Amino acid sequence: MALAEKVTSPQLCLQAQTRWRPVEIAFWLATLLPYLLFPNYLSLASQIAVTALFALSLDLILGYAGIVSLGHAAFFGVGAYTAGLLSKYGWGEPLTGLAMAALAAGIVGYATSFVICRFRHLALIMLTLGFGLLLTELANSAGWLTGGLDGLQGIHTWKLLGYFRFDLYGYAAYSYALAVLFALFLFARRIIHSPFGLSLRGIRENLIRMPAIGAPSRAHIRTIYTIAAAIAGVAGAVLAQTTETVSLDSLGFERSAEVVVMLVLGGTGRLYGGLVGAIIYMVARDQFSGVVPQYWYFWIGILLVAVVVFLPNGVLGGLAKIASRWSRP
Amino acid sequence: MSAPALSTRGLAKKFGSLVVASDIEIELPQGVRYALIGPNGAGKTTLINLITGMLRPDAGRILLDDADITMLPPDQRVRRGLVRTYQINSLFPHLTALESVTLVVCERTRAARIWWRQLPAYQHEIDEAYDILSELALAAVCHRLTRELAYGQQRLLEIALALATRPKVLLLDEPAAGVPREESKELFAAIAGLSGDITVLFIEHDMELVFRFATRVIVMVGGRVLVEGTPHEIASNPQVRAVYLGKATGKAMQEPRHG
Amino acid sequence: MLPPIFGVVFDGLAYGMLLFLLSVGQSVTLGMMNFINLAHCSFAMLGGYVTITLMSRYGWPFFATLPCAFIVAAVVSVGFERTLFRRLYRASELDQVLLTIGLVFISVAVAAYIFGTDQQPLQLPSYLRSSLTFMGLRFAVYRLILLGLALAITLALVLGIEYTRFGARVRAAVDNQRMARGLGIDVDRTFAITFALGSGLAGLGGALAIEIIGLDPSFALTYLIYVLIVVSVGGLGSISGSFAAAVVLGISDVAGKYYIPQLGAFLIYLVMISLLMWRPLGLLGRR
Repeated sequence: MALAEKVTSPQLCLQAQTRWRPVEIAFWLATLLPYLLFPNYLSLASQIAVTALFALSLDLILGYAGIVSLGHAAFFGVGAYTAGLLSKYGWGEPLTGLAMAALAAGIVGYATSFVICRFRHLALIMLTLGFGLLLTELANSAGWLTGGLDGLQGIHTWKLLGYFRFDLYGYAAYSYALAVLFALFLFARRIIHSPFGLSLRGIRENLIRMPAIGAPSRAHIRTIYTIAAAIAGVAGAVLAQTTETVSLDSLGFERSAEVVVMLVLGGTGRLYGGLVGAIIYMVARDQFSGVVPQYWYFWIGILLVAVVVFLPNGVLGGLAKIASRWSRP
Repeated sequence: MSAPALSTRGLAKKFGSLVVASDIEIELPQGVRYALIGPNGAGKTTLINLITGMLRPDAGRILLDDADITMLPPDQRVRRGLVRTYQINSLFPHLTALESVTLVVCERTRAARIWWRQLPAYQHEIDEAYDILSELALAAVCHRLTRELAYGQQRLLEIALALATRPKVLLLDEPAAGVPREESKELFAAIAGLSGDITVLFIEHDMELVFRFATRVIVMVGGRVLVEGTPHEIASNPQVRAVYLGKATGKAMQEPRHG
Repeated sequence: MLPPIFGVVFDGLAYGMLLFLLSVGQSVTLGMMNFINLAHCSFAMLGGYVTITLMSRYGWPFFATLPCAFIVAAVVSVGFERTLFRRLYRASELDQVLLTIGLVFISVAVAAYIFGTDQQPLQLPSYLRSSLTFMGLRFAVYRLILLGLALAITLALVLGIEYTRFGARVRAAVDNQRMARGLGIDVDRTFAITFALGSGLAGLGGALAIEIIGLDPSFALTYLIYVLIVVSVGGLGSISGSFAAAVVLGISDVAGKYYIPQLGAFLIYLVMISLLMWRPLGLLGRR
């Protein structure tokens, strides 16, 4: 047994996981297609990018740490309103707006994480739901600040990097949203492949065992919850800046529920699940946009039942199963 | 005379009117192998839960190396070297064996707080994890998912996780439970191979293990410590035989097999 | 002359009783099988629509429709339990939440399709719409009857669970399912019956609720949140816990809206979060 063999083999195997796979590169190249193939849909594409980022942030806590949150849109909304208010009161620079939104959402996330990390199961679900609803009520009553049901008026985003203006054609908007998505995706990827990411998976796999191996699981949960909140805030800010509107539905229960549906549709704990789910969901919604809301929810309901019964690991999980069956004749 | 590795004073716990622990006083000197035996429901696993902090005692103190750890949360006790394994495997199903042990090592070295560097860069931790797995004959399967391992291998992984924390006091809850005879050879070797620096307390029903590995035996019945002594003393103690072993197995106890 | 607070408390109690009827089934089944059924209020909504249909289309008197609301909701729920829910008892919480939310969405859409999205008008006989005056305050007859009915049902439930064999089986299954099975108790059957009873009560609650909070397709979702609050605050598997939580929440909500209307629903969420943080297993929960 060569010593060199023993030393490199376990490490190599772990290293293989962190390498970029060809299908990932293909995915990101494909995100450039809208410029060529769907130039009329760039504003939709930028909304999809925003939603994908939001779903990614949820995956960090749901898919990797096992926290079922029905109130994640609270952070999206905080980020959106922060960026919107900044712009309304005179500071419309997009990149610093993003930073402020991340900070604001991160602070709210940090504060609530102290409560969140102590609970599991139904209590946890109810607490996240409660916090989300609470924030919605707050935003509703603070109409002087948020514009209430009418939404925030008077947002004007400055030119990005002093040059690119967000216009109706959407080129700048999509590029901006895509760039932010990619940058934060790289960030999330780094976290997942770090020792901290391994801890998160440990928490998801067996929370009770974690203290018994000396892991400060509550501290870990607080950290990832804060990071996820900040990323959700950035997503909200990008939406506010590119569409120049913010309204109450950016933090409502519907948005929280929708993002959970998207993530589960794509497949949790796979980093790309939220992205794939967001694409499928938003494209479908756009295609069926003529349909009355109740009937849209009818099909979402059917979809949910179908996913849970037939595709428990989402689209990506199903594809992975097919792929592994093909490679094993 | 150095302080005992682990001791408890007057530990007590009850659930409503059900007394699961009453006035438990034990002292484990450094490096000694203790076996904890008793009929089902005697409170052995409860005692381990109390010592490790999963249950809060109603009264009493727990001392690790003379330091009072009664108020410490479970993960802090692990940091100080007090570690347990579970009777029913409590592993990470979708992590590979290597990942599981590496996770424990990283938590110990506090590398687990780092989210900006990639895992493969932590060569020391990975090597240490691999070495532990090798000692337990799991090196060949280190890249398999935990849920795909054989039951005996999973039991060994339980011990690997505990060893990765570099324990000073190790509490094994029925390490051989459910392991078929064919697979138990490595398990016994692993337990035999435990370093002499580690103080071990293991709950067991398998008398062969008790005689083979334990220098002293504690007998618990109904939440209390009944008696303590060497394996032979316990075997010939009529109280123990009456309460726990019964007449039929009493004969087996009289002629311990030397493995 | 009684100060208005008595009226507020009375209204709050009546509302709380309604919440109790809607929630008690959910609490017991959650405690027994750990199965999160977010479609619980869909059965309540079903009961409401049964009453509306029987009254407006077939001219049934109000009180005659109530047992029907109960029975239809119970039967339909058992249908779902046998076919769909059973597969999910071991599934993750997320899966249970998603499947049952999916059912809620479907039920809302179906209700909108059949009955339209407007509030359903209810033609109650005039004596039910009147009120009694007592010491200067007016107490609605309907609410008095609701209070009485709910208290009678509560009494029946509590006595049933304490003194009948079935009740003992329910208590055993909630306490320790494995042990109960080991003792030979048919937990699955006990659960199915409990589930039916709980959903039936929800259906009854839905029917009784029309006069107080109205009925439209969004009922299934709106009141779900209140039910979940009652259940998580009251403690899983506890009838008395649900009762206490429902009363507290009913009174806080009505009092909050009366005295500090700007706070709106804010108060209920704040109360829930505070109570959950203090007692995460619920006021009287034991798990």
